[in-house]
Order: sequence, then structure tokens, then C-alpha cells
Amino acid sequence: MNDKLFQERIDAEKKIEPKDWMPEDYRKHLIRQISQHAHSEVIGMQPEGNWISRAPSLRAKMILLAKVQDEAGHGLYLYSACETLGISREELVKQLHDGKAKYSSIFNYPTLSWADMGAIGWLVDGAAIVNQVSLQRTSYGPYARGMVKICKEESFHQRQGYEIMAEMAKGTPEQKAMAQDALNRFWWPSIMMFGPQDSDSPRTGNAMKWKIKRQFNDELRQKFIDQTVGQAEVIGLIIPDKDLKWNQQREHYDFGEMDWVEFWSVVNGNGPCNKQRLDHHKKAHDEGKWVRNAAKAYAKKQELVAN
Amino acid sequence: MAENATVWEVFIQSKNGLAHKHAGNVHASDKVMALENARELYTRRNEGSCIWVVKSEYIVSSESEDSEAFFDPSNDKMYRHPTFYTMPKGSKHI
Repeated sequence: MNDKLFQERIDAEKKIEPKDWMPEDYRKHLIRQISQHAHSEVIGMQPEGNWISRAPSLRAKMILLAKVQDEAGHGLYLYSACETLGISREELVKQLHDGKAKYSSIFNYPTLSWADMGAIGWLVDGAAIVNQVSLQRTSYGPYARGMVKICKEESFHQRQGYEIMAEMAKGTPEQKAMAQDALNRFWWPSIMMFGPQDSDSPRTGNAMKWKIKRQFNDELRQKFIDQTVGQAEVIGLIIPDKDLKWNQQREHYDFGEMDWVEFWSVVNGNGPCNKQRLDHHKKAHDEGKWVRNAAKAYAKKQELVAN
Repeated sequence: MAENATVWEVFIQSKNGLAHKHAGNVHASDKVMALENARELYTRRNEGSCIWVVKSEYIVSSESEDSEAFFDPSNDKMYRHPTFYTMPKGSKHI
């Protein structure tokens, strides 16, 4: 199969499967995007794991544990999808450790209070869902199937976060202030999760042509903002954007300028927690090495016994 | 897993009486770990009543690029379908 036939299959909305011919750049683009997505799920366990031991009730603790376990699962679905492109799990982890592969910048912000668990579930998972719903229609079969599974599990994440925010917003003045503070800190990083404006996003062209991406960054961002504004109003919190207002003509909310200088600074390693997140992942990986070796030695021994 | 981990394909029977269906895969060093990893990864919400795991290397697949030629022989055997046959007028329950 050549490029032209490949594009015809894409245009006909046929899924591409692991053994199908694909342009080298399509494969590379997918490996970069899926691995970044997988690493985000896994690194995303850290800011939330930070609060498991300090959750305010047993109910909250069980929910948070289940959620963090889901994130690990989502990471594994995505690593599996990525491995079908001919790259090993070990190589993917190595690329993360070497800084060659990125993860979503949102996880480089610290989680300072319990309300941050609410803000992450409501806003960060909320933004992720908008993106992932769109990616259920991506052209690469294993990635699309992974997205379907993830979307099924993700809505519990958003709802539990919104419930935390709603509870705190109607609590004591201090609790309400904590919820507002969490919203203030996570709002802008959340809407920047959709990536640069399409006019500044060099890779968008091929990704759309190959139907890896199905909607533009700005389109997805607008969708998320439109659906979130009303949710903030319901629980009496204020979105920290003075330019936010309904535009009757566009039938969308207008919103303020995003701080792309900060965005790129965090992407390039200068966020509050970049070093901490990577160091922790490396440490856990290194300290788990003896377990992996022991499991392997045990498997070998079992084989010897069986033969 | 450590270097060159073994990959296992996971098949889940969602309910007693139904067929097992492919769900995805897991890494594991032995069969017990493969089953346990599959349970943790694919059945956290009561998705299954039974799980099969099988080493991916044992799966044999047809090539999707050859699928036309591979499945072609069934195309010209319309007589395998019930609609091929003409039933006498007035016949019932057949």
C-alpha cells in the first residue's frame, strides 16, 4: 500500500490496524501522542496520590484510591496501544526518563489543599474527557478502542471532583475560600491543556489530515469552557477570567488571553513540580527493579519445574 | 516488567453462558500474574465472570492486507445462505 491508498482508507473512515501499512510519519506522530497521553495518566497519579493519606473521610479516601487506580489502568491501556506501533514499554519509559517524551503540563502544578482534588477531578478530568471523547474517533484502531474504554471510566472522575467542589463551596467560609482558590489556580492551566491555539500548532495539519485528531484545539477548548461556566455558577464559584462573557452572536463564551509564556515555560521544564514528578517516577522505577527481577526468576523456576 | 516482558492477550466472558471476548493485553512474567493483572486492569467494574489469558506470541493472525484473497472463496457460495433457495408457494414454517 502506498500513501495514496492509505489516505483513501483514512478518508473513507476506515481504521488503521497494527499490521497495516502506514507512513512513517503517521507512526511517529502516533507514538509521540499516545506515549505522551500514557505518561500523563501515570504521572497524573502523583498529585492525587499526595492526598490519599490525608483524605478527610474514609469515603473520600476509598474514592480517591479507586480513581488513582483507574489512572494507572488508563496508562496501561495507552501503553498497550502504543506498543502495537513497534516500540517497547521499556523504551517508552526510558524516553520519559530522558525527557524525550513529555506528559501533560497540568501535572507539574502542586496540589496544596483538599479542594485541589475537587478542582482536578472537575476541571482537569473534565478537560481530558472533552479531548478523549473526540479521540474515540481517531483513525488508529488500538488508540480508538483505548479511548472508548477510558471514556467509560472517566465520568466518575469528573463527577467525584465536582461533588467535592460543591460540598466545599457550601461549607464554612474557609472551605468555600479553599474551593475558590483551587479554581483560581487550576482554571488557566486546565484550559491550556488543549494545547496552543491552532494558528500556533505546527503539527495540527498532518494530524487532522490523517484523522489522528478529529477536532481543533480551539474548538475543544471552547466546548469545555461553554459547558463548565454553568457548572461554576450552580455551585457559586467564580471563574477567574474578567473577560469571560456570553457572546450572543457566536453562541459561545468569549474568554481572556491565555499566558502562553507560562505554558511553554512549564512545558520546557520550569513548572513548580517538573523535577519532583520525574524524580519520583525514576525512583519508583529503580526501587521496583528487584521485584521485576524476582518475578522473572520465579517464572523461570516454574518453567524448569514444569519441564 | 523487566526487559523483554511477556505480553498476554486477555479474553473476558462478561456473563456466564456468553463467549469470551478480547479485551486487551497485559504484561506479566507468569500465568498467575497475568490472570491477576488482567483482573485488576479489565474487570474493576464487574465486567467479567471468567478470564482467559494467552501469550500473545501464540496468536496467529491473517494479514489484513491479504484479506480480500483470504476470504474470497466464501463470496461465490451463495447456496450456503437460506435465501438462495426458492420455496414452493404456500409452504410454511421453513
